[in-house]
Amino acid sequence: MKPRDLTDLALRNLRESILRNALTTLGVAVGVASLVAMLSLGVGLQQLAAKRLSESGLFDTILVTPKNAFRGMGRPQREPDSGKPPRVLDDDARKELEKLPNVIEVYPQVRFFTEVRFNNKPYATVVAGMPDSSRNSGSFDGMQGKFFSSTTANEAILQIEFAKDLSEKTSSLIGQDLVLRYAERQSLPSASSNAHPSANPPDTSGGGFSVVAKELRLKIVGIVETEPAAGYGGYGNARLLMPLLTASTLRAAQVNDLRDIVRDSNSGKTTYASLSVRAKSPSQVEALETSIKKMGFNAFSLLDASKSLRTFFTVFDSLLGIFGCLALAVATLGIVNTLVMAILERRREIGVLKALGAADSDVQQLFFIEAGVMGFFGGIFGVLLGWLLGRVVTFGTNVYLQRQNLNPIELSSVPLWLVASALIFAILVSLAAGLYPASRAAKLNPVDALRYE
Amino acid sequence: MPTAAPAIRLDRVSRHYTMGGTSVRAVDELSLSVANNEFLALLGSSGSGKSTLLNLIAGLDRLTSGSIFAHGQDIASLSSLELARYRSKTIGMIFQSFNLLPRMTLEENIELPLRLAEVDRAERPARVREALERVRLTHRLGHRPTELSGGEQQRVAIARALVNRPKILLADEPTGNLDSATGEAILNLLRELRSQLGMTIVMVTHERPLAEAFADRLAIMGDGKLLRTTSLKGLPQ
Ligand SMILES: Nc1ncnc2c1ncn2[C@@H]1O[C@H](COP(=O)(O)OP(=O)(O)OP(=O)(O)O)[C@@H](O)[C@H]1O
Ligand SMILES: [Mg+2]
Repeated sequence: MKPRDLTDLALRNLRESILRNALTTLGVAVGVASLVAMLSLGVGLQQLAAKRLSESGLFDTILVTPKNAFRGMGRPQREPDSGKPPRVLDDDARKELEKLPNVIEVYPQVRFFTEVRFNNKPYATVVAGMPDSSRNSGSFDGMQGKFFSSTTANEAILQIEFAKDLSEKTSSLIGQDLVLRYAERQSLPSASSNAHPSANPPDTSGGGFSVVAKELRLKIVGIVETEPAAGYGGYGNARLLMPLLTASTLRAAQVNDLRDIVRDSNSGKTTYASLSVRAKSPSQVEALETSIKKMGFNAFSLLDASKSLRTFFTVFDSLLGIFGCLALAVATLGIVNTLVMAILERRREIGVLKALGAADSDVQQLFFIEAGVMGFFGGIFGVLLGWLLGRVVTFGTNVYLQRQNLNPIELSSVPLWLVASALIFAILVSLAAGLYPASRAAKLNPVDALRYE
Repeated sequence: MPTAAPAIRLDRVSRHYTMGGTSVRAVDELSLSVANNEFLALLGSSGSGKSTLLNLIAGLDRLTSGSIFAHGQDIASLSSLELARYRSKTIGMIFQSFNLLPRMTLEENIELPLRLAEVDRAERPARVREALERVRLTHRLGHRPTELSGGEQQRVAIARALVNRPKILLADEPTGNLDSATGEAILNLLRELRSQLGMTIVMVTHERPLAEAFADRLAIMGDGKLLRTTSLKGLPQ
């Protein structure tokens, strides 16, 4: 028979027992829907986690230190196998790092403990400089007020807990000023320090420094609820955030300065105790780490942690997928059942078809197409249903989150590949389910089928 | 006996069924020739193997031994696909219980053999109409078979059997479910069509008077064997 006639007949057969076939199709739809809902939830959660993690900067940041950085911890100052002195982490190195592919930003860590005066009352807190790239990191989504107006603005963003310390009505703080009191280092051989136009942090050349008390007036521009982070060793407990460049110019005595005092440097250039290198995405971290190590520095990242996280999601997704597949398998049995029933019912019809000249393959294809059509429609309805299910779960979750005063999240995600593969999968599975009934129908002996009334 | 090449030649045809160790010889070493354009009536007691023989000729059932030639073609040598084509092009079948597909309209029932024979879509409506005119049933085409009388249903079944212009029409008790007047009308129709289309007809029946009135020759079966043949009108018309 010609394909068109086959489809005609298959469709009319399906229409004739519309209720039973619709129920079978619905079964497939439910199976596909649970598969799609499970996978979309898995994909959604994964995307959510990946987004949060990349926002945190934990997995796309590499901490670069000179090879001798850990000497204070008992490491040898020089590599045992190399005669050369270890490479210094200076501005040249910084520029070189910035030129590496897939690097967004290279920045030093500026973080110090100091006193803040507000309304003439002193508060002790940790101050941290925020690199400009943190603007788009998502850490400041949903903040009150604004992000820093420029990279060198004398502005501050407060962590909500700190803001609460300053005033009960936190929103009134925005626009007000506070005074930062900090200790500035001044190098002992005064010439080098003052001649330095650079506003760059940690240590300057020379053997040591004196400390001078300074003040800086900052305008509060925002209050952030989450605790922004930009890489480990970052701003974990920092409660007052300011632009990195502004913070750098202060040349405040840093937490890690103790280590730097004993460092000797003969280059006369700014050198850093450490630099953070931010990659475009976590997937580029590994390659970057290798090239940084080739440059002669220590590189450290939480890549392994992100790898195990990926493993977790692979397992998680396959578990969800298995449950979805189970549902689809049950639906498939429904197709087998419906078609086998149809064969029993249409025994005589099959016999007549064969008596009128139908080949075994015609009968087989007829049943096969019926299975495929049920799979096709089941697949379409299933994808829709699964998408709807994901929406409902997301909606429900967000209603709950809103009650808890949390930001809404996108819990389930139905990408196009999921739609396409669910549809193809449903059809393939249905065709597989049709294999047995179809071959059984084709093998039916027409003489037996026609014999009795 | 006809002198021209026979439409059907059965040569020591056997069909044995084995059921639980015992063997049933439904058709046993039967030889018979049916001339081109002949109307043969096959008679015999119940269980004598008439339907089995008809199914063998139709290629619906496989021989145990012997051979069948239909218009020179050796049925036993055909593959299952070739048999399907043979049924589609050479054979038309009608049954006691009409066997129209209840879920299709009359038109669709008649179109079915055309679909199976892969006849051009454009050609089909004319062929369906022609077949219906031949059986003198041109109204109620959109109806379902169950909405018709037995005689009308059998006429639709005949139209369906004829629509592919077969050379051989096999009828298994076509009047078995009809009253005698309707049965006679159907047989009249078959005779008429046989002449018009030049078909060969083999009809199984229990009703000897009908067979004698309409057939050219009687073949009487018993226990799977051909007991005798009786020519009624000498040569077929
Ligand atoms: N598939 C089968 N398996 C076993 N035995 C069968 C089978 N088909 C037919 N028979 C036997 O073969 C014999 C002939 O059957 P067949 O149907 O050809 O008889 P018939 O002459 O058409 O009878 P009736 O006039 O009642 O229709 C019967 O004894 C029947 O039981
Ligand atoms: Mg019979």
